[in-house]
This record gives sequence, structure tokens and C-alpha cells, in this order.
Amino acid sequence: MRKELGTFVLLVALCVVLAILNPSFLSGANLQNLARLIGIYGIFSIGLGIVIITGGIDLSVGSVFALLGVLLSIFLVEWHIPAVIAVILIVGISTFLGVISGLLITKVKIQPFIVTLCGLLFYRGLARFIANDETKGFGSAQGFETLQAAATGSLFGVPTPFVILILISVVMWVVLHRSVYGRYLFAVGRNEIAAKYSGINADLVIAGSYVLSGLLAGVAGILLAFYTNSISPSSHGNFYELYGIAAAVLGGCSLRGGEGSIVGILIGTALLQVLQNLVNLLGIPSSLNFAVMGAVILAGVIVDQLLRQRRAAKVMK
Amino acid sequence: MTQPILEMRKICKQFPGVIALDAVDLSIFPGEVVALAGENGAGKSTLMNILGGVSRYDSGDILVNGELTEINSASEATAAGISFVHQELNVLDNLTVAENVFLGREPRWLRLLIDRRKINSDTDSILQQLGLSISARTSVSDLSIAQQQLIEIAKALSVNARLVIMDEPTSSLTLTETERLLDVVRDLRSNGVAVIYISHRLTEIEQIADRVVVLRDGKNAGNLEGDAIKHDNIVRLMVGRDIERFYKPPTSTEVKPVAEIRDLRTDRYPASNVSFDVRGGEILGFAGLVGAGRSEVARAIFGVDPSVTASIALDGKRVDVRSCRDAIQNGIYLVPEDRRVTGLIVDMSVRENVTLPAMELYTRTGLISRSLESSAAAEMCQKLRVKTPSTETVAANLSGGNQQKVVLAKWLSLKPRLLIFDEPTRGIDVGAKAEIYELMREITGSGVAIIMISSDMEEVLGESDRIAVMHEGRIRGILERDEATEEAIMNLAVGK
Repeated sequence: MRKELGTFVLLVALCVVLAILNPSFLSGANLQNLARLIGIYGIFSIGLGIVIITGGIDLSVGSVFALLGVLLSIFLVEWHIPAVIAVILIVGISTFLGVISGLLITKVKIQPFIVTLCGLLFYRGLARFIANDETKGFGSAQGFETLQAAATGSLFGVPTPFVILILISVVMWVVLHRSVYGRYLFAVGRNEIAAKYSGINADLVIAGSYVLSGLLAGVAGILLAFYTNSISPSSHGNFYELYGIAAAVLGGCSLRGGEGSIVGILIGTALLQVLQNLVNLLGIPSSLNFAVMGAVILAGVIVDQLLRQRRAAKVMK
Repeated sequence: MTQPILEMRKICKQFPGVIALDAVDLSIFPGEVVALAGENGAGKSTLMNILGGVSRYDSGDILVNGELTEINSASEATAAGISFVHQELNVLDNLTVAENVFLGREPRWLRLLIDRRKINSDTDSILQQLGLSISARTSVSDLSIAQQQLIEIAKALSVNARLVIMDEPTSSLTLTETERLLDVVRDLRSNGVAVIYISHRLTEIEQIADRVVVLRDGKNAGNLEGDAIKHDNIVRLMVGRDIERFYKPPTSTEVKPVAEIRDLRTDRYPASNVSFDVRGGEILGFAGLVGAGRSEVARAIFGVDPSVTASIALDGKRVDVRSCRDAIQNGIYLVPEDRRVTGLIVDMSVRENVTLPAMELYTRTGLISRSLESSAAAEMCQKLRVKTPSTETVAANLSGGNQQKVVLAKWLSLKPRLLIFDEPTRGIDVGAKAEIYELMREITGSGVAIIMISSDMEEVLGESDRIAVMHEGRIRGILERDEATEEAIMNLAVGK
């Protein structure tokens, strides 16, 4: 809990400063857009966080978004597949990609970094090939108006992605912090061998995390595609896996595995989005966007490390 | 008399909750072999860690050649002429012998490139001095364990160490290899090098030591010199009383075996098969040298390495064990050799560790119930007398003995039929040891069968009802209690 607290304080401080420097931060339109982005990013960041808790990593998310976006557009606009079926197909495909990663990692025993790095390259290439390297979109949404409206709309003033994020968070909180599977995730992340010696099927637990991550990436991928409304296969989703990893790490997940929480990941996601917002609202050249984010994440991690060393020193005394 | 090369005076060291060293004295002269003896947890390793600059000490003085010296790091120890030959091999097997010997202090050529010719020729001459007929260019991965151990000694010689500390150097060596190593120690002595020799093998100490310093519970328990260096005298000082066997006969032994193991083959010794029975209520000891294949047998029965064949029957019924999960569901449990790596998840709490193997017992409507977990963990801790501030304490913060009890708690909260202990009391202090033995007897009292693998001769002789002795992947013999002597076991263990 302590770990999340630090990031949470930083988040609140950032919001306060931003609100003072530019009151339009608190405007309805800005907050709505912020919530929408937090929703989309939060959904797949939770998936990445769970993978990271097992001690793994998933670098393929961004490319998967490109592939899913291209496919969704083709399904709906070109093949006129009913919206509900298209959604199920997309989420199913994304989950299936998670199954593939999981099997390669646990059965073929390839390191997660390598498997998902190959995924990053492969799915991006596949997306560009399928789309013929042309930008895809949803045009005037003939036949799937409801889906588009739902994905880009709001529920009682709260953007749909944010509502979905809250629902997913609640479910995933229970899974991670209250279910047996969740306990196994932490156990495997801390010490895979000892977990096996306690009778846990570590391979199944690890593969499961990639499947879950794939499932959540599918949901986020659909929302993202409708949010951008046009999918350029060579750039759609670029770097998104890194946003997810950054959010998870800021939220207290350790890349060594075995640590992390849903609340932390949510706070981390929000922090990243507020930072992005800060760059926009304070008129900082948008070319500095990445630099600001990198600097803040680094500062956060350094402070965390210093606090940890101080705590460790105290324990030693 | 010459000056001692090393003098440690009134060294004190406290760990949270434990006084590890209480005013310990140790001195050694050039050309002397001092054996440091003591049970696990007596403070030997702590004392040596202090000497090696790995741990700090709270008070006391260290004098090297009569001068007050502070040793704060491994390199300062080396600079003081002190060199270590560790129990675990510290050689890198992707490098050659010479590269290992000069690791970290390679003579340079133009400050950039390693002067290969020099390290090879220097290493060759050291190897010759050690009577080793291998080339400095050999890759370490091609050497036997014994040769690798000698490389460590070569390392010590190459820095012109005046004091060499050997920590259980023979624990993985065969008898002839041990003889060779003892010869090397004698050579060192005649060259004026001082050697601190740590070993559990008292016969070796009898053969080699000029003086024995015995530690007990972090204090000097006494010194022995010359003719007084006798097995029984050392043990008496180590234990603090005459040797008495704790052995309690089983209350009842079922005639029918609980577990029948047939045709078990391990990856390490695929050519030899192992078959034996364990009866309910008995402790079947497994003796043998390190590397005899005992742990492999344990892991195979527990389903860790499922690639090997074995036919296992429990209470007359054939069970199929392909994974640890299968073993656990059949009531076969393992208390593994290395509790910090395989036995426990040390970063998790006592509660989480205890409940991990059978989470389904602690759920309500599919979700984990903390209160069920906590009460079960608390109950087990009380039953096994685990000393822990609370069940929420992280397992890493417990002492070795208490950690071992937590491993045991994992299994005793279930229904054991066959419980395998691999080195049950390694690194555990005397008091906790006795408690573990008592618990083992309590467990067998309810008809459970126990397999106890141990390299500690006293433990094997003191606790087992029968003793199976392994050598190179085979059971060479199973000794009944009345025919089990140290000699009989050793003869079987070396394959005679």
C-alpha cells in the first residue's frame, strides 16, 4: 500500500499544480477526454501488470492494436459482419494471440521478452500487409452505428471506456487479490521453483496471464480503434506496450515479478495521462512529450529506490 | 615463539534476535593447520564471513601479523594475505583454468588486453605445485568437481596467500580425492602457509589438524592439541556433553509398506534403478556421499523431474506421479534440501506459505478467506512451536529452524502418507534440531512413513529406523538399526 501511496501523492500534486497553472484542466471537456484515455490505457495496462507480476513482459501490445484495428475496420466496413460478432471475433483473436505467447513461453521455454519482441515485429508487419499499408477507418459507420456510439460515447456523462475500466478493475481486483489464481500469480512471480514444489502448475499460471493480457488488449484495442477512428497500420498503437509497462512500474509492479496491485496500476495509468495532459495544457512543445514522461518516471523510480534503501537501512539498525 | 599470522580477539556479532558470536578468540601461526569445528549454527561461518570482509563485527579486534587490521571487503582480506576456498564452488565454468585463477586481477598487456601467455604459464606452475596434471588452458567445465575444488586452492596460491581458509573442501570429494587434498594441505603447511580447515568430517580433522578450535552456540567451547585431537573429544566439545543418541524407537511399525518404490530411474543415473519399501511409522534414512543420487530419488518420487520412470505404490495402490501436484494430491510431500529456494517463498508471509499447497481449503465461495488462512496458519505455528512474531511475518525474517518448521507446517496441515526430508536440519541450530527430530517421531506415530536423506552421520545413525546407503545412483544396501555403524555405512557409501 505504501508504494501506491507515493505515486498517488504525486498524482494529486500534479493535478493540483496543473489546475492552478491552467484552470481549463478542470473543464468538463478536458476531464472527459482525460477519463476516456485513462479508460483505454488502464484496461490494457492491467493486463500488462498481471504479466509483469509473473515476472514476464509483453512487448507486442502496440502491434496487436494495429492488427486488431485493421481487422475491425475490415470486418465492419468491408465485410459488413454484425457488430456483436465482430467484437467477439476481435476479442477472441486477441485472446488467441495471448495463448500463443503463453505457450511459446511456458512450453517452448523461450524468454517472454524474446517471444513478445517477435510478436511486436510480426503483428505490425501482418497489420501493414493486410491493410496494404493503407490507412483504415470506420467512415460513416453504416450498420454498426450503435457500437461506434457506445465506444465513443458516455454513460451518465462518464466516457464508456472509463466505465468499462472500472468494471474490469473490480473484476481483476478480485481475481488478483482475492482469488486462488491471484495468489498463484504472486507466488509464481516471487519464486517459480518453490511454487512448483508447492504443487502449483506454474506453466498454466504464467500462460494464463498472457491470455488475460490478450483478452484485455482486445477490449482496449476496439476502444482505441474507435477513439482514433482511423488506423494507420504503421503507426497505430506504437509504443503502447511501453505506456502499459510504465504505468505498471509506476504503480508498484516490480519487473522482477511478484509485486503489484490493481490500484497501483490504475494510479500509474492516471499519472501518465495527466502528464500527457500537462504537456498539452502548459503549452510545452509536444515534441518534448516523451522527454517529460521519461524524466518523471525516472524521478519517481529514483525516489522510490531511495525511500526503499532508507527503509532497509532502518531495518538493519 | 613466532608471532601469530592472525589473531581474532573477543569477536562479538549480534544478528536481530540472536547472538551469533560472543567474545570468540581464534589465533593461528604460520605453518599451522587449525581445524575449526562446531555444529551448524555454532558461529563458524559468521566468524569466517567476518574474516573475509563479508560481515561486519560489533566489537573485538583482528590482528594480522600483530597489527590491528580492519577488513571491510573481500579485496581487503586478499590484501591482508587471507584467501578463501569455499564450500560452494566459485569457479566460472565458461572460462579456462587460468582465466579463473586470475579472474579480476589479470595481468594486462598495454593496460587493455589480458596477458594470456603470463596467466597460462603462471597457472601451469601453480597446478604443478598442486600435483595436478591438467593444462591451464583447459575449460573448467571439463574438470571433475574435485579438480574444480583444487582450482580454488590454486587461486589462493596465486595471490601468495599466507592464510588459507577452507570451508568444507571435501564435502563433494571421493575418498582418494580427499586424500589428495589433504596432501595439498600438508604441502601448504610445510611451505609456512597457515590453514584454517573447516569440516564436519572428524576423521579428516584427526588426520590433518595441529590444533582444533571448537565453537558452540557462538562461544569458544575449547581447544584440542596433539594427541587430544580425537573424534570423541571433538564431539564432546561440540555438543557440550557426552554423545547420547536421541534415538527413540518407533511406537509401532506397520508390517505392510506404506510406499513401494520400484524401478526408479533418474536423469543423473539413467542406467541404475532404485527399488525399496518404506513402512508406516518408520524413518528410513538415506545415507551416501554428496552426488550419490539421493536428492534425485527424492525429487523423482515427488514428481519434480517427471521425465524419469518410476513405479510408485502407496498403501498397495499404484499412483501416477507426473508432477509435484500429483504427488501432493496423493499425500507424498517433500521438505526439500534448500528451503530458501525450493521450500519456501521467502518474500511471502508465513500464512501465505503455509496455505499455498492447498488453497482450496481456505476459500469461501471461490474466494480466499484470510480469516480461514490466518487461523489455520496460527494453529500450525502453535502446534509446531514456530517462533514468529505473527503469521504475517515474512518468512525471510525467520531463523533457519523456524523456516524449516514452516515448510513442515505446509505439509502437516494436509494429510501426509509419505514425507520425504532432504537434509532436514542443515544449517539449523542444536535446539531446533532436536525439535525437528521430535516432530518427525510424532509424525511417524500416526503411521506416516518418512524418508530422511542426510549427509550428517550422527543424524542418520541417531534418527533412522533403517538406513539405505546409496552409491552412484544405486542402493548398495539397506542396514537394519542394529547393524548400522559409521564404518558399515561408509563402506557401502564408497561402493566397497
